[in-house]
Amino acid sequence: MQTSGRDASGSDAQASHALGIRARLRLDWPGFRLEVDEQLPARGVTALFGHSGSGKTSLLRCIAGLEHAAEGEIRFNGEVWQDTTTWVPTHQRPIGYVFQEASLFPHLSVLGNLRYGQRRRRGRGAVAADSATGRFSLEQAIELLGIGHLLKRRPAALSGGERQRVGMARALAVSPRLLLMDEPLAALDLKRKLEILPYLERLHDELEIPVLYVSHAPDEVARLADHILIMDAGQVQASGPLNQVLSRLDLPIRLGEDAGVVLDGQVAERDERWHLLRVTCCSAGLWTRDTGAKIGEHVRLRILARDVSITREPSHESSIQNTLPAKILSLGDDSHPALRLVKLEISGSPVLARVTRRSAEQLGLAPEQWVYAQIKAVALL
Amino acid sequence: MQVRPMQVSPMHALRPVLVAFGLMVVGNVSAEEAQIAVAANFTAPMRAIIELFEEDSGHEVKTSYGSTGKLYAQIKNGAPFEALLAADQKRPELLEEEGVGLPGSRFTYAIGTLVLWSADPDKVEDGPALLESGDFNKLSIANPKLAPYGEASIETLEALELKASIEPKLVMGENIAQTYQFVDTGNADIGFVALSQVMQGGEISKGSGWVVPGDMHAPIRQDAVILDSGKDNPAVTELFAYLQGEKAQAIIQDFGYETD
Amino acid sequence: MFLSDTDLEAIALTLRLAGVTTLILFALGTPIAWWLARTRSRWKGPVGAVVALPLVLPPSVLGFYLLVTLGPNGPVGAMTEALGIGLLPFTFWGLVVGSVFYSLPFMVQPVQNAFEAFGERPLEAAATLGASPLDRFFTVALPLALPGFVTAGILSFAHTVGEFGVVLMIGGNIPGLTRVASVQIYDYVEALEYGNAHRLAGVLLVFSFLVLLALYSWRPDRRRA
Repeated sequence: MQTSGRDASGSDAQASHALGIRARLRLDWPGFRLEVDEQLPARGVTALFGHSGSGKTSLLRCIAGLEHAAEGEIRFNGEVWQDTTTWVPTHQRPIGYVFQEASLFPHLSVLGNLRYGQRRRRGRGAVAADSATGRFSLEQAIELLGIGHLLKRRPAALSGGERQRVGMARALAVSPRLLLMDEPLAALDLKRKLEILPYLERLHDELEIPVLYVSHAPDEVARLADHILIMDAGQVQASGPLNQVLSRLDLPIRLGEDAGVVLDGQVAERDERWHLLRVTCCSAGLWTRDTGAKIGEHVRLRILARDVSITREPSHESSIQNTLPAKILSLGDDSHPALRLVKLEISGSPVLARVTRRSAEQLGLAPEQWVYAQIKAVALL
Repeated sequence: MQVRPMQVSPMHALRPVLVAFGLMVVGNVSAEEAQIAVAANFTAPMRAIIELFEEDSGHEVKTSYGSTGKLYAQIKNGAPFEALLAADQKRPELLEEEGVGLPGSRFTYAIGTLVLWSADPDKVEDGPALLESGDFNKLSIANPKLAPYGEASIETLEALELKASIEPKLVMGENIAQTYQFVDTGNADIGFVALSQVMQGGEISKGSGWVVPGDMHAPIRQDAVILDSGKDNPAVTELFAYLQGEKAQAIIQDFGYETD
Repeated sequence: MFLSDTDLEAIALTLRLAGVTTLILFALGTPIAWWLARTRSRWKGPVGAVVALPLVLPPSVLGFYLLVTLGPNGPVGAMTEALGIGLLPFTFWGLVVGSVFYSLPFMVQPVQNAFEAFGERPLEAAATLGASPLDRFFTVALPLALPGFVTAGILSFAHTVGEFGVVLMIGGNIPGLTRVASVQIYDYVEALEYGNAHRLAGVLLVFSFLVLLALYSWRPDRRRA
């Protein structure tokens, strides 16, 4: 089992033009139009992010073949699923789809639900590197999502979280070559969400196939996405590797309440005495609160612009633990005229800092300069 | 409104009122209403008779047409009819016995004639020969349990000694009207219907038929009886008298019935 | 013998008619119900109304039109004659045709409601799992609609048992072929044989009540989380 690794910096360049998902679509409804022309990567998790009504679910459904009124072209790894002369119906597309409310078949047991897809998709593709028969991937899916003890139950006897996990296992059991997930956590309360996110992270680590993940929740996207497509009013506002998009200064759209970046790193050291962890993501690493993560574990860090300040001379008399050399890439406007956003590069990763316009003037900040970034708070996702 | 003081004597003022009253009384001195139940097969002649009767007598007649069995059951259960014109003798007899029918009022108002009829104008030439040849898909008759025309049909077949052989081809209508419908729509090639159903102006108006001689079956005597609730109603008694009079009898015969 | 031989024959005929009619209705009504449940065509309203017509038409009207249409002068009658089938009135199969029309809404409507009740989602899910349209119908739609089918079957059966007006119009009262129990009872009443009427009617009444009792007492667990 290979870990594909979670890569927010977009350095993987293997997405050649023929691979991945080509979606050029138009869908017209009264009062809404979806218009998309994108190439989505062949690996990793691509988040379709936006508020409700932005068209992200419609796009997902179009790719799945559930919207018959859509016009345009859809290709998957070179295979034509839709164009002006062709329409491959949903049941012939090698996809797995996880709906928002699980949508398990009430007249079948959990095992019956799982077998339903498995029976119809033998040898269609591999969930993991092992391209054995469909039966293997069913057991793998059950183990991955921890539902082995639920097999004989009926959907009505499951909790919301359990149902969602069964829904995911069912989608995997068909050995899909593309996994589509429509806000799978939206219908769950916080507790269940936190319960299932680790499973999704495991899926992410262990799947070789691309995943399209629709969500309006910044936390989920921050934890899971490698690529992001930001949508608004039926149009794609921005697309690209996660951090590249997040660190753009020109986008009015924020992931969550405030501008910030998401970095990948690894837990390198634990300081028992001070209950701190050191995570390597940029040069020496960043210190953060000990959340119980294990040494060596791959984690993600969230650094908000408001928690980053800039200084020309590093101070050792400051309460801020993380001070790192950084190069200024560009400056841009922020939401308030008094403020400016500065895009920095720390060990190759973009980080955003928020300063007042006055300080930027006073310090004479300009692109290509080397400064120090003081990072006050780092959230371990 | 100002009230003018009376300038004339009370009698003078009252006179128009009295005249109006008088006219009303004189004009309606015998104007009564009768509620009569009538067998469905007699609908057409009854309508014609009532038209004349109402003109001549000034009375009003309200009728309900239906199958005799149903009318009988309704009368037994308190339906507000004042007289019954049945399709048979059995029911009026029963009513008489049960005390619902007025003794002495019962009489035969019409005698029905059976005809073997087909909607196809070329079908029926020699009735008995046609029946014997079996050259038809179905023979429609009224249900003998329910309608005297049905009984008469069976009797006719027996007289011709064809009952056993024709039995498989029988279809039965619930009443004479339905029997006719089966033949008229062509679903049954031939059927025994009432002559009154196919006769107009003294002859068979469409299709083809063989009038069954009266000696082949017991006469289909249709009796009328006054019911208890109508015994004091002059409209009813006069109607019954009228039915036996010349005008009514002419109409009845015109429609293919015989009278005593 | 509580009931006479002719009565038993009438009952047997009635049950046979109801059974055959119900089976034909399952086959005929299901695709209609499916189409009505899923279509967005502008014909949905008119077709639905035609299906529902027998609910409001007096049976004698339906029967009369059947008599004319199935007869030698009517379009269907001409066709059956041309095909060598002969004429349908006065035959058992003629009654079946009439009963199928008359009980059609009792089959289509419950089944249509059952199909509409579970919405699009289960079928979409089945499609994403690789099920073709026919596959989805048999493995998802039918099982989920099963309670509707049961209701429809029972109602259609019971409704045909009680049918009178249509049979009266096109039956011809032939023993063993078209003399069903309802007609037999009517004849008894007309002939003043009230005792026989009570007995046969009583049997029908008890039977119908038991059938409906079974339907209304059995509540399948419709609650799904």
